[in-house]
Amino acid sequence: MASIEFHNVCVDFPIYNANGRSLKKRLLQVATGGQLGADQNGHVVVRALEGLSFSLNDGDRLGLLGHNGAGKTTLLRLLSGVYVPSTGTARIQGEIGSLIAISLGIDPEATGRENIFLRGGLLGLSKAEITRRLDEIIEFSELGDFVNMPVRTYSAGMHLRLAFAVSTILRPEILLMDEWLSVGDEGFKHKAEERMQELVKSTNILVIASHSRELILRTCNRAIWLEHGKIRMDGDVVAVCDAYFGEPA
Amino acid sequence: MHNSPIATAWTDIAAAMRRYPLVGMLGWQDVRQRYRRSTLGPFWLTVSMGIMIGAIGVVFGSIFNTPMTEFLPFVAAGLIFWAFISSVVTEGCTGFIEAEGIIKELPLPLFLHILRMIWRNILILGHNLVIFPLVLLAVGKWPSWAMLGSIPGFLLVLINLAWLALLVAILCARYRDLPQIIASILQVVFYLTPVMWMPSLMPKRVGSLLLNLNPIYHLLELVRTPLLGQTPTALNWGVSIGMAVIGWGVALAVYGRYRHRIAYWL
Repeated sequence: MASIEFHNVCVDFPIYNANGRSLKKRLLQVATGGQLGADQNGHVVVRALEGLSFSLNDGDRLGLLGHNGAGKTTLLRLLSGVYVPSTGTARIQGEIGSLIAISLGIDPEATGRENIFLRGGLLGLSKAEITRRLDEIIEFSELGDFVNMPVRTYSAGMHLRLAFAVSTILRPEILLMDEWLSVGDEGFKHKAEERMQELVKSTNILVIASHSRELILRTCNRAIWLEHGKIRMDGDVVAVCDAYFGEPA
Repeated sequence: MHNSPIATAWTDIAAAMRRYPLVGMLGWQDVRQRYRRSTLGPFWLTVSMGIMIGAIGVVFGSIFNTPMTEFLPFVAAGLIFWAFISSVVTEGCTGFIEAEGIIKELPLPLFLHILRMIWRNILILGHNLVIFPLVLLAVGKWPSWAMLGSIPGFLLVLINLAWLALLVAILCARYRDLPQIIASILQVVFYLTPVMWMPSLMPKRVGSLLLNLNPIYHLLELVRTPLLGQTPTALNWGVSIGMAVIGWGVALAVYGRYRHRIAYWL
C-alpha cells in the first residue's frame, strides 16, 4: 500500500544574493532599525511550485510534463522527501526509490566493488544485503575483472552500467524517475530495458518526468502538466498529452 | 508532518545514528580517497604532525626554558587533540554545504553528514595518536595504563563537538561568510589555549582568568591531563558537562526549527 497526497503545496526558494547571505548585512540591518518592509525579510523569493493538490494511489503511473523550469524536478524532490513544502501538506506513505542521479556517490578512485557498497549504502541497503546480492550485481553489470579496478579506469558506458546495476536492485513502492534510463550498447540496452520494465511493473506508484510523448503514453496512465509551478492540467494521459504536445497528426 | 521542533531534530539524529554502518563506510572512504594513490597514505598526516611537534617542542621548549621531558609530551598531546578539535569545527562549517549533492537527491537524515565528518576526523586522530607513545619513548618515559583515563574525557569531548559542529553547519549553510569568521576565531583560540605554552608559565591572576573562561581549555584538559599522568579537575568536568547540556539544548532547538530549510539554503 502506497499513497501520496498533496494539499495546496507551495515551494518558495529564498534567493540570497551575496548581500543577503552575509551576516554583516544582517547585523547592520538590525542595527539600522531594519527594513523589514519589502517582503518580510527583504530577500527575493522564487515561487517554484504553487497550490499543488493531487493524490496518487496504488497502480497510478504519473507522467510529469512541462517546459524547463516548470517545476518538475522540484516536484520530484518534494516526492522524494528531500524538500519539505514551504506551505501546505505533503503526505507520502510507502518506501520511496529514485532513479535520478544514479551515479551520485560513486568515487572514481575506489574500485567497482567498493563503489557497489558505497552506492548501495547510500540507497539504504545494508552491508549484508549488498554482500548477498554482490554476485548478481557484478554479473548484471558485465564488468568482469574490471570490478576490482578503480572506476576512473572505466569507460563512460562501464561507469553507467555499474551505477545502473546497483541502483536498480531496489524494489521501492514509489518509484521516481527523471526521463527513462537507457544505458550501454545494444546488448546491454536490451537487458537494462527488461529490468526497467520489471521495476516499473513491481512498483505501486510511478512518477516520471519526461519530454517524450511516446514514453509518457507508453508508461503512464495519468499525466500532470506543470506550467510556471502550477498544475495546468491533470487527468488521463492521452488527454493531457494531446493538450500539451498537440493533437497527433 | 508538523511535529515539535525538538521531535523533528531528534528523529533525524536518531535515524542518522541507526545508519552507523553507512557513516563508518563513508568516513573511511573520505580518508582513503584523500590518500588513495600515495604510498604512506594517511600516515602522511602522522609524519607532518610529528615534524611539527618536534619543531615547536624544540623552539618553544628553549624559549620557555622548560625541560624537554616535560614539554615535549605536553606539546604532542596538545597539538594532536587541538588538530582534532579545530578540524571538526572547521569541517563542521562545510558539513552541509559539501554534502549538497547528496542532500538534494537522497532523503537521508542530515545529521549523518555531521557524523561522517566526525568519524573521518576520529580516524585521522587515530593516525596522529601513534606519535604520542613515540614522543614519550624519545624523552625516556614509558606509556602507562593510566593514559586510558583519557577515554571518558574524549567521549565527552565528542558529545560537545557534535553539537558544535551541527550548529555551525546549520549557520554556515545559511550565512556563507561564517566559515571565514569561525576560522579566524579558531586561530585566536589556538593562541589563547595552552597548547604551545604551559598554563604554569602564566602569571597566576591573568592565567586563571584566561584559562577558566576558555571552554576549549576545559575540553582539552579532559583528554590531555590523563596522558601526562595527571587528572582533570572537577571544574574541567563540570564546565564540559554543562556545555554539553546547554549546547545540545540550543542545537536541538535550532536544528528542529531549521532542519527542513537546510535543503532550500544549499
